[in-house]
Amino acid sequence: MLKTILIAALLAASGAGAAPGTAASAATATGIAATTATGAEGPVIPPGARLAGTCAACHGSNGATIGGSTGATLPPLAGQPKEALAAALRDFKSGKRQATIMTQIAKGYTDQQIEQLATWFAAQKP
Amino acid sequence: MKRRQFLQGALLASTVGCAAIPGSAKPQVVVIGGGYGGATAARYVRLWSEGAIDVTLIEPNAAFISCPLSNLVLGGSRRIGELTMSLDALAGKHGVRLVRDSVTAIDAEKRTLALAGGQILSYDRLIVSPGVDFMWDQLPGMLKPGAQDSVLHAWKAGAQTVALRAQLEAMPDGGVYAMTIPPAPYRCPPGPYERASQVAFYFSRHKPKSKVLILDANDDVVSKGPLFKKIWRERYAGIIDYRPSFRTADVDAAARTAISELGDQVKADVLNVIPPQRAGAIAVRSGLANANARWCAVDFLTFESTQAKHIHVLGDAIAVAPLMPKSAHMANQHAKVCAAAVVDLLNGRAPDPHPMLTNTCYSFVSDTDVIHVASVHAYDADKKTLLVVSGSGGVSAGPSALEGEYAMNWARNIWADTLG
Repeated sequence: MLKTILIAALLAASGAGAAPGTAASAATATGIAATTATGAEGPVIPPGARLAGTCAACHGSNGATIGGSTGATLPPLAGQPKEALAAALRDFKSGKRQATIMTQIAKGYTDQQIEQLATWFAAQKP
Repeated sequence: MKRRQFLQGALLASTVGCAAIPGSAKPQVVVIGGGYGGATAARYVRLWSEGAIDVTLIEPNAAFISCPLSNLVLGGSRRIGELTMSLDALAGKHGVRLVRDSVTAIDAEKRTLALAGGQILSYDRLIVSPGVDFMWDQLPGMLKPGAQDSVLHAWKAGAQTVALRAQLEAMPDGGVYAMTIPPAPYRCPPGPYERASQVAFYFSRHKPKSKVLILDANDDVVSKGPLFKKIWRERYAGIIDYRPSFRTADVDAAARTAISELGDQVKADVLNVIPPQRAGAIAVRSGLANANARWCAVDFLTFESTQAKHIHVLGDAIAVAPLMPKSAHMANQHAKVCAAAVVDLLNGRAPDPHPMLTNTCYSFVSDTDVIHVASVHAYDADKKTLLVVSGSGGVSAGPSALEGEYAMNWARNIWADTLG
């Protein structure tokens, strides 16, 4: 019951801002509350997978990077040691480690998100 | 088992009167458009629902042709075939139902859509990723018979790209290539400037007496301005002539002449008109383009339209958040936030309240050297939009072949992430 209320509240909050869509969001919230009362169905999308989706365009789906032709490839992330991944991201973020682009990208993530990404990629198949 | 049946019954009941595919008990998601946005959304709904949601992708074209890298076809270092890929892996590897057709109408009340081929499809959630359409009515001369066959846009990669390359090859040395750029927002903010660089690269090698004339409706280079202008000075001096604030009001296609709103006329040997743009026709026709009748406003938590419930819009067609480019990378990112929200909602869960996106746009300024612009975007619950994370993002220090290699890596990885 607590879960139902929470989800309804979240949805209500998300609907409040988009004025023309408020009615739609409210209707959706009602529907969600009804189904949640019997328990949500289907697989849960892991938060790490969602966040890793922001890396995939360059580093491949789930970090399974497709290499380049001349060797100067973007590094694969899947299956790398968690601590090494987290340290690299922290160093890009602080500027301790230089790069063309990752210094700019890493600054967009909190330390907690960096841990989450490192944990997720370490657990993926290369 | 009982609970599952009950839930499916409830979901289907919501589409009463237009029951989905007979015998199918799974929720139905239909995706309109098989570009970077739509193909990614279709793939990720299948992946993240673990196959529990049926996905149908409607796309009239037989193949996916990448707009990113297509300026290299104009520069001569890539061929269009290298940028042309099949959508078949979406079906074969991911179980997406591919329908080669186009959508003529959407009925948001009945949750159905009509295809040109006559078929009616129903959906629980519809994802509309139609890209952009050209506003030819703003350039009346381009509506004359034959005008669009001689004055090309090449702003959707494919036959037009190849035809524009042929015009450049046929142009004698000493000729003028002129490109008109529409007011922002348009698809791919750095794209016109990359194109100018590519044509200048080709001229510098093969037709050194020729000129590239950029007629930009904007008051300055829209993206990576200082970098592009420095590169043009250093590498293409005497070839590229940049004219800001040239707002093209009409085109005399027969005379290969662009006419500004002030009446200035510029004649070229090859005239390339990038027209003003708006959301793809099906979005406009369905009333989803509720921002200035051009772009589709969405809830950035779910990419659900603010105009019609159960319909999501993504990619170049949306009314963008601040500093959000209309790019292939961004469409791929929209698609994942949207796909996750669609799976969450159909599974009876709240969508992620903290979605994040990245953007990276690489621009080739020669056959090998590249500059980038990048940013990270996060949802701001107070402002209810996606904002660039403070301190993130930036541009290259200068052009490099290393970034050229990264750009090709990017292409291979985003193609795989989009098409499976």
